[in-house]
Amino acid sequence: MVQHNIDIKRLKIPEPIVVITDLSLYYGKTLALKEITLDISKKKVTSFIGPSGCGKSTLIRCLNRLNDLIEGVTIEGNIKIDGQDIYAPAIDVTALRKKVGMVFQKPNPFPKTIYENVVYGPRVQGINKKSVLDEICEKALKKAALWDEVKDRLRTSALDLSGGQQQRICIARAIATEPEIILLDEPCSALDPIATAKIEDMLVDLKKDYTVIIVTHNMQQAARISDYTGFFMLGTLVEFNITTEIFTNPREKQTEDYITGRFG
Amino acid sequence: MKKLLKSGNPYIWLTAGTLTVCLLMIGGLIVLIMINGLGVFWPHRIAKMTLQDGAVVLGEIAKRESIPHQKDSYRTKLKVGNRDVYGMDFRWVDNANIVSCEYPTESLVFERREWGNMYGFLKGLKQGDDIKPVDLKEMTVLLGTSRALFKKIRRIEKKEIGNINYDMEKYRLELKRLTFEQPTERIQKKTAAIRAHIDALERSYREKEDMLTGLYTRAREKEIVALLADGTEKAMPVLQIIRVYAPNKMGFFAKIGFYFEKLWEFVSGEPREANTEGGIFPAIFGTVMLVLIMSIAVVPLGVLTAVYLKEYASDNIVARFVRISVSNLAGVPSIVFGVFGLGFFIYFIGGGIDKLFFPESLPSPTFGTGGILWASLTLALLTVPVVVVATEEGLSSVPTSIREGAYALGATKFETLWKVVLPQATPGMLTGMILAMARAAGEVAPLMITGVVKLAPSLPLDSHFPFVHLERKFMHLGFHIYDVGFQSPNVEAAIPMVYTTTLVLLFTVLILNLTAILVRNKLRKWYSTTSI
Ligand SMILES: Nc1ncnc2c1ncn2[C@@H]1O[C@H](COP(=O)(O)OP(=O)(O)OP(=O)(O)O)[C@@H](O)[C@H]1O
Ligand SMILES: [Mg+2]
Repeated sequence: MVQHNIDIKRLKIPEPIVVITDLSLYYGKTLALKEITLDISKKKVTSFIGPSGCGKSTLIRCLNRLNDLIEGVTIEGNIKIDGQDIYAPAIDVTALRKKVGMVFQKPNPFPKTIYENVVYGPRVQGINKKSVLDEICEKALKKAALWDEVKDRLRTSALDLSGGQQQRICIARAIATEPEIILLDEPCSALDPIATAKIEDMLVDLKKDYTVIIVTHNMQQAARISDYTGFFMLGTLVEFNITTEIFTNPREKQTEDYITGRFG
Repeated sequence: MKKLLKSGNPYIWLTAGTLTVCLLMIGGLIVLIMINGLGVFWPHRIAKMTLQDGAVVLGEIAKRESIPHQKDSYRTKLKVGNRDVYGMDFRWVDNANIVSCEYPTESLVFERREWGNMYGFLKGLKQGDDIKPVDLKEMTVLLGTSRALFKKIRRIEKKEIGNINYDMEKYRLELKRLTFEQPTERIQKKTAAIRAHIDALERSYREKEDMLTGLYTRAREKEIVALLADGTEKAMPVLQIIRVYAPNKMGFFAKIGFYFEKLWEFVSGEPREANTEGGIFPAIFGTVMLVLIMSIAVVPLGVLTAVYLKEYASDNIVARFVRISVSNLAGVPSIVFGVFGLGFFIYFIGGGIDKLFFPESLPSPTFGTGGILWASLTLALLTVPVVVVATEEGLSSVPTSIREGAYALGATKFETLWKVVLPQATPGMLTGMILAMARAAGEVAPLMITGVVKLAPSLPLDSHFPFVHLERKFMHLGFHIYDVGFQSPNVEAAIPMVYTTTLVLLFTVLILNLTAILVRNKLRKWYSTTSI
């Protein structure tokens, strides 16, 4: 009976890399996530949509255990990445975070040079050879579609860049750590359409090497770039399916209302 | 009325008014100090006054004021100098008593190494019983040679004899240490060798002494004779005189030149005559060194405390209690810290160090007495709350998003703290250090029982190994002000010195702070480009 229940909730997908089962999360006593169950497919783009405050950020912050930093957070259920329970006591959190990179809603470059921002992760991992770092920096900036814009000013402060450039610096910084999974929490919310388009192109490109999970408020964006989409509301996962299915043929009424803008 | 209050304008006036009052008070204080302090070295004209009773006085006009309780009557304060003759430097003269007042161009100021200035006229050089007239030019040459001689004497006294004494003390202590050990043959040999060294030193000491006596007698031979206002003659050795000048003859630019010469002498020279004359260099040096040692001690102490409180300690009752206690420490009277420094640093730690490392010089203490190290550490304790509070503020100002950025890249808590948070909090820490420096430079009370003295024989930094002598007593500008202004035997002559010293203290603090601010800005730039 129980087995059957889970099968109904869980969408079958190829090559699941992240497996979330019955995940609930409390901030103190308030429930923020309720029994989330879903899988995320390897080297695909998965997007999470839903009204503000529904727990999208909370969920992706669970995947790299960033919620550990907030006092009073309790978590039930489990998350497996590559078959490993990431909340198991033996797990090395820093190793997990190296494997699961993250880009935040607001660009948060360190007050350092562009170069130092990008190579920060490799430095933490103990890489100090200049030639290696130079190479990593160039590769990451190229992937983040920023190399041509900043290659002549790598030694200037990252804070002098525009918001969109700063966000791409943060993406390059995450890529430079060579993660397997990249989490992006509304990476384009502060950007203009041109910068957004650049980042979207880049994300589709990234799919070749990485598993991408993106939170977005922009329905078109989710439709354009993602392979799977999850719709959340009030801490629960309402619907999770292949993106085209969600947008053309939603099963739930709530989903339909939300994506057609009738929500609220 | 209600409308007016609602418009908010009265509040703007109130705040602006309060600010103005504060600024006026600060500005007034600084202007007062500047006026009183900056004029001290200006060569004023010398007035010659004939009084009704026929007496003639010569001196600088120091002040004019109305006589209390008498209408339209004034009196003048004259600096007549010649303390060895008149007993005091100043004299009040009722303006009604003055018959005539003139400014004779030939009148001179003789600046002397002792007894303050002398005002008078130059009669000539004493040769046997005769007096050979000299003019100012010849006098300058004479002064030049005597200055060279004086320098030579000082060098022998301070440097050469000082070195001999230093070595002698070293050998004496070594001898004493050897007596603590078993008298083996090796030790006896060593003792003999040291004795020989001491003998040699004593011989050279006597040589130097003979040389000194010779120099002194030679120097005293040349005497000049000055004519005082009342017509008496006064002879004095040329060696006694530092400089002779005729202020009534000087033009404006000559006066400016003279002014800066005196100013330089003040900040670079050593004090004379119970600190009322000469320079204050040892006090400046002591203050700067004290503040620097204090900063070196207080920054790690305060920063580490703040980092633990802010980053590691969970926000429970204990942490909050510690935080409140630290802030309250800032309100404890500074003399209490002085007493603590005396009891803990000097008697307990210093005494312990003496017993362990300097048993040969006991019972006279080495570290077990006031010294610049203990004074600095006491001030460091006094100012640690400032640094803690400022650092905590600096740490709070680092946004969570940046910390999370570092964590998300796989940095540990320590790496995040060390590479991202602390660099960003450095301006806050340095601001704390700057405030601490300002506080420490102005603090006097705790120093008085932890090692400040009115006249230190040597600086805490010199050419003798190990060059930095943290156990030495030191001079301090703040204490100098107190000492000169209130403890001096000749208060009236010293008052101008109080203002100038205050001014120098203000400037010293200002320069220290400006340097720290420069360093802060440099560091900020540096941090943004390095991998740290
Ligand atoms: N640190 C926190 N402490 C307590 N409650 C929190 C905390 N962070 C988030 N919450 C609560 O958890 C719920 C989910 O928040 P979350 O940030 O995950 O929403 P979201 O879906 O990302 O919204 P948005 O689209 O506006 O970013 C909200 O009700 C929020 O108030
Ligand atoms: Mg969010």
